[in-house]
Amino acid sequence: MSPRLKGILFRMAQAIPVVIGVVIIGFVLTRALPGDPAVYFAGAAADAASIAEIRKTLGLDLPLPQQFLIYVGDLLSGDFGESISTGQPVIADLASRLPASLELTLVALLLSCAIAIPLGVMAATRPGSLIDHACRVLVTAGVSLPTFFTGVVLIYLFYYLLGIAPSPLGRLDFIYIEPDRITGFYLIDSALAGDGETFLAALRQLVLPAITLALFTLAPIARMTRAAMLGALSADFVRTARAAGLTGRTVRYTYAFRNALLPVVTTLGMVFSFTLGANVLVEKVFAWPGIGTYAVEALVVSDYAAVQGFVLAMAFLFVALNLVIDVTYTLIDPRIGFEAS
Amino acid sequence: MSVTTASPGTFSHIGYVLRGNPVTLLSFVMFAILIIAAVLGPLLVPYDPLASEAANALQPPSWEHWFGTDNLGRDVFSRVVIATRLDLMISISAVTLSLMAGSILGAAAGYWGGWLDAVLNRVMDTIMAFPLFVLAMGIVAALGNTVENIVYATAVINTPFYARLVRAEVNIRREAGFVHAAKLAGNSDIRVLAMHIFPNALPPMMVQMSLNLGWAILNAAGLSFIGLGVRPPTAEWGIMVAEGANFIVSGEWWLAVFPGLALMFAVFTFNLMGDGLRDIVDPRQRT
Repeated sequence: MSPRLKGILFRMAQAIPVVIGVVIIGFVLTRALPGDPAVYFAGAAADAASIAEIRKTLGLDLPLPQQFLIYVGDLLSGDFGESISTGQPVIADLASRLPASLELTLVALLLSCAIAIPLGVMAATRPGSLIDHACRVLVTAGVSLPTFFTGVVLIYLFYYLLGIAPSPLGRLDFIYIEPDRITGFYLIDSALAGDGETFLAALRQLVLPAITLALFTLAPIARMTRAAMLGALSADFVRTARAAGLTGRTVRYTYAFRNALLPVVTTLGMVFSFTLGANVLVEKVFAWPGIGTYAVEALVVSDYAAVQGFVLAMAFLFVALNLVIDVTYTLIDPRIGFEAS
Repeated sequence: MSVTTASPGTFSHIGYVLRGNPVTLLSFVMFAILIIAAVLGPLLVPYDPLASEAANALQPPSWEHWFGTDNLGRDVFSRVVIATRLDLMISISAVTLSLMAGSILGAAAGYWGGWLDAVLNRVMDTIMAFPLFVLAMGIVAALGNTVENIVYATAVINTPFYARLVRAEVNIRREAGFVHAAKLAGNSDIRVLAMHIFPNALPPMMVQMSLNLGWAILNAAGLSFIGLGVRPPTAEWGIMVAEGANFIVSGEWWLAVFPGLALMFAVFTFNLMGDGLRDIVDPRQRT
């Protein structure tokens, strides 16, 4: 077994306690939800006897530790339970809604990286210049933006005033037919099907929510890029490289930027987590059928299985992402080994 | 900041930084405006924030109603000003709670280390493994839909930041010379920790606090926006944006925009202040 593979496996093992903690918290949190799913499930006309019976079939009459063991057993066999509000298995619900959230999040992150990283680099290479000040203003203003408010303002500007955005309702205007499901990402699916019209329609729906999220994530990425780049540019190896007569470009990108990338990637991980949270708000503003909306609806009716599924999905995503980031570290900077951490 | 020896040098340094950085001064002025609105709000506003007047609904901004009126004919300006107190109260109490919890946990873990440290780190990792807003949503939904529970939820999701910060600050100093000296002089562990080591963590904590206040306001407003926590007809910025959002597609922009701007103003103030405090506390970290 190569040392790198071993390192990655070791890193994955470290994530196990966190996952166990997440399962426990998810379970405790949902049991603490007010409201009784048995009552909801039985409907308005149910009497006490039928509610008790439903409670029994749902396993809610058992003591909590036993419920927990049953829950963990189900999880291990891949059964996330059934949502009482949609009547579908939670795993199917999540699978159909997760791509919507991921498409939005990833497009937003790509967009903000494409703006923030060059901006941060330019601000760092020309300190005190106009672009540096612009970066500073953007960074402070950006973190002060409430995502839901940005979304509302964008809707007002581009939908109501200018009329260039489609109505902010979901992933696709109702006159279009959903592309055949391959990945669940409308952009990719419609492109694969060669359906340019649907692709454009999906893109038009996506632009405003993606910009909303991107504005929110721009600030931390630009800030970290600028700070990391400033640090790298003032390092001894950059001075040596300059003294050795390398061109400004090589020094900036091959030497400084690569070294500055590490903290930027760390920030990206944090930003991704924030974005998953902010997603809930943006999805509400744009009626986006992602897992955030699903979770809010499930919380309201105490839908245990759905809320647990959502929490688990979020946490797994996050743990997986941190894993990817750690692996990316070793690709960017071969000096970093997992043994060290 | 009575703990950091307030020598003339400190004040002249603060004065020097403020002169060099008028933005920080501006942030203190903005903060004063927020405090005035929070304390004197009910005396300043021209209308009752809850009095509806159906005949006067959805009026655009005018001299009588500076920010217009909402769908029930309530004065948006009065509601925005009144909401300051609630929003500031939520964020300040949440941040204070997390500051205290984080300080105690972090100081204990950093000073004694061992299993306490290991357990605390795992617990904080687990909390941070959730997207924090989602965790706050879950906590408010579980504990019940009240303002206090927003405070608790916001406090819980902020605690790890303080705990980690204090832990790091305490940990690097526990073997320091002045700590050994204090112990030799007969101080108990608790006393050394509380009176000698912990005050060193306060300056970075002030910065963190200011930044967190902004974040706590955003968080609380976000929770009300999705319908958790503050309930109508209470005036609160998040819920006002949520109510106003229903009218934005028909062009009544003032309902959502003014409370949204107030929210941004508050968060912007705290962020500016945090950056300014950082310059005063630690000039090396200036970005």
